[in-house]
Amino acid sequence: MSDATTKTAPRSKIRAPRINDESRPFWEATTRGELLVKHCTACGENHYFPRTFCPFCFSDATEWLKCSGRGTIYTYSVTRRGEPYAIAYVTLEEGPTMLTNLIDCDFDRLAVGQAVKVKFVDTGEGSALPFFVPG
Amino acid sequence: MSIKGKAYIAGIYEHPLREGTGKTVPQLHAEVAKGALEDAGLHKNDIDAYYCAGDVPGMGGINQAEYMGLKLRQIDSTETGGSSYVLHVRHAAQAIAAGHCKVALITLAGRPRADAKENYSVRPGGGAPADYGFEAPFRPSIVNMYAMVAKRHMHEFGTTSAQLAWVKVAASHHAQHNPHALLRDVVTVEDVLNSPVVSDPLHRLDCCVMTDGGGAIIMVAPEIAKSLKRPRIRVLGAGEAPKHLNGGKVDLTYSGAIWSGADAFAEAGVKPSDIKYASIYDSFTITVVVTLEDLGFCAKGKGGAFVADGNLISGVGKLPFNTDGGGLCNNHPSDRGGITKVIEAVRQVRGEAHPKVQVPNCNLVLAHGTGGLLGSRMGSATVIMDREDA
Repeated sequence: MSDATTKTAPRSKIRAPRINDESRPFWEATTRGELLVKHCTACGENHYFPRTFCPFCFSDATEWLKCSGRGTIYTYSVTRRGEPYAIAYVTLEEGPTMLTNLIDCDFDRLAVGQAVKVKFVDTGEGSALPFFVPG
Repeated sequence: MSIKGKAYIAGIYEHPLREGTGKTVPQLHAEVAKGALEDAGLHKNDIDAYYCAGDVPGMGGINQAEYMGLKLRQIDSTETGGSSYVLHVRHAAQAIAAGHCKVALITLAGRPRADAKENYSVRPGGGAPADYGFEAPFRPSIVNMYAMVAKRHMHEFGTTSAQLAWVKVAASHHAQHNPHALLRDVVTVEDVLNSPVVSDPLHRLDCCVMTDGGGAIIMVAPEIAKSLKRPRIRVLGAGEAPKHLNGGKVDLTYSGAIWSGADAFAEAGVKPSDIKYASIYDSFTITVVVTLEDLGFCAKGKGGAFVADGNLISGVGKLPFNTDGGGLCNNHPSDRGGITKVIEAVRQVRGEAHPKVQVPNCNLVLAHGTGGLLGSRMGSATVIMDREDA
């Protein structure tokens, strides 16, 4: 892989998430290397981004579900203006599709449908971003 | 039409909380919604219209509708300060009387005391929507979010960059006749493909222009229209529909046009093949391809083939579109192109478009607007018009 096509999300571009009371458990889990979605105990659906209310049945009987961290690329795009980076929607094994970045990979060898796994990158501000890498 | 006796208030709820520490603004909106639903004995899936104002975070009410998982036929975030919610009662009654919705939700919520204590930044729009923290770190931009729609469309349906380029080519053929267009040069498919990739698969010439300016529309009652010495352009049907990420059940292959278009065609009592001219929101070339499919001008996945070979060029193809040059070449004032879509459609149905692009016998037109992010978190609105005195 050449330097010209192999890019990772540069450390300088890591943006810490804005955390609130509703999202704090998700971000605290990321510092332990855990990816969470919400599971509804009333209707059984999983959802993301996580919220207090199930967006499918509106029950508030939702609980955190620890994911495997494995998924597939639903779609992606490499933004070429400035330092290139790959934004993507990744569909998790648990069902929901989430917005993320693909890192530590050859941008020219990415493909829709490709298997990926989560890789957390510490923000230095009490959270870690769930990026994904091929594999 | 009078709204007298045509709508009723079925549920109410006042939140008991007086200091919101520990709860987010979207959460508070959902809590009051749930309270009013329980009071009415209805389920949130019964709701088909949502009214809110500036206290709700995000783009109008769309982020909050996404938070609550609402599937809507009507959305209204008219902002008139503290009076907004009274005004919304009237808007909801009008919509219900017109048959545009059956169950309307109106919410107001906020946490200024908690925000002051916790030193949250308070800004118009009710602060950050709930999705913000989960998305902003990954650097979504307008162009890469549209690019991901294009990438998925190519994956599922075999759509090509050359097909997308034909949308820009057609717009440029029209723009050459518009003295006000920002870009008046006719371009080729090769020109588009040879322009720099901004966010793959979208090139610079797949993107609309950025312009200053604006537009306006006057609508009048029938008796006034008859008193004026102008063509009487009737709104025959209209539809609106926000679309969001649906709890993570993401499908970027379709837009809100699949719903707003269906409502507009049903109300107008016409079908896509009856339309003589269409203004299709063209923030990017992919926007047009997806929207044409969703409005029913061609089957899902066939939009690339539909737009190819000049099929959108007036006098050449079957569906003349954006004869002013559209957002791709002419104008996209304030990064919002909806009003210019209606304006060019009215020019066409009046017979007042540029002679080089005027569609003959243009007695039925459509204008479609797209807001926000195609396929993922967006507003969608469709209007069908004809000329009464034609």
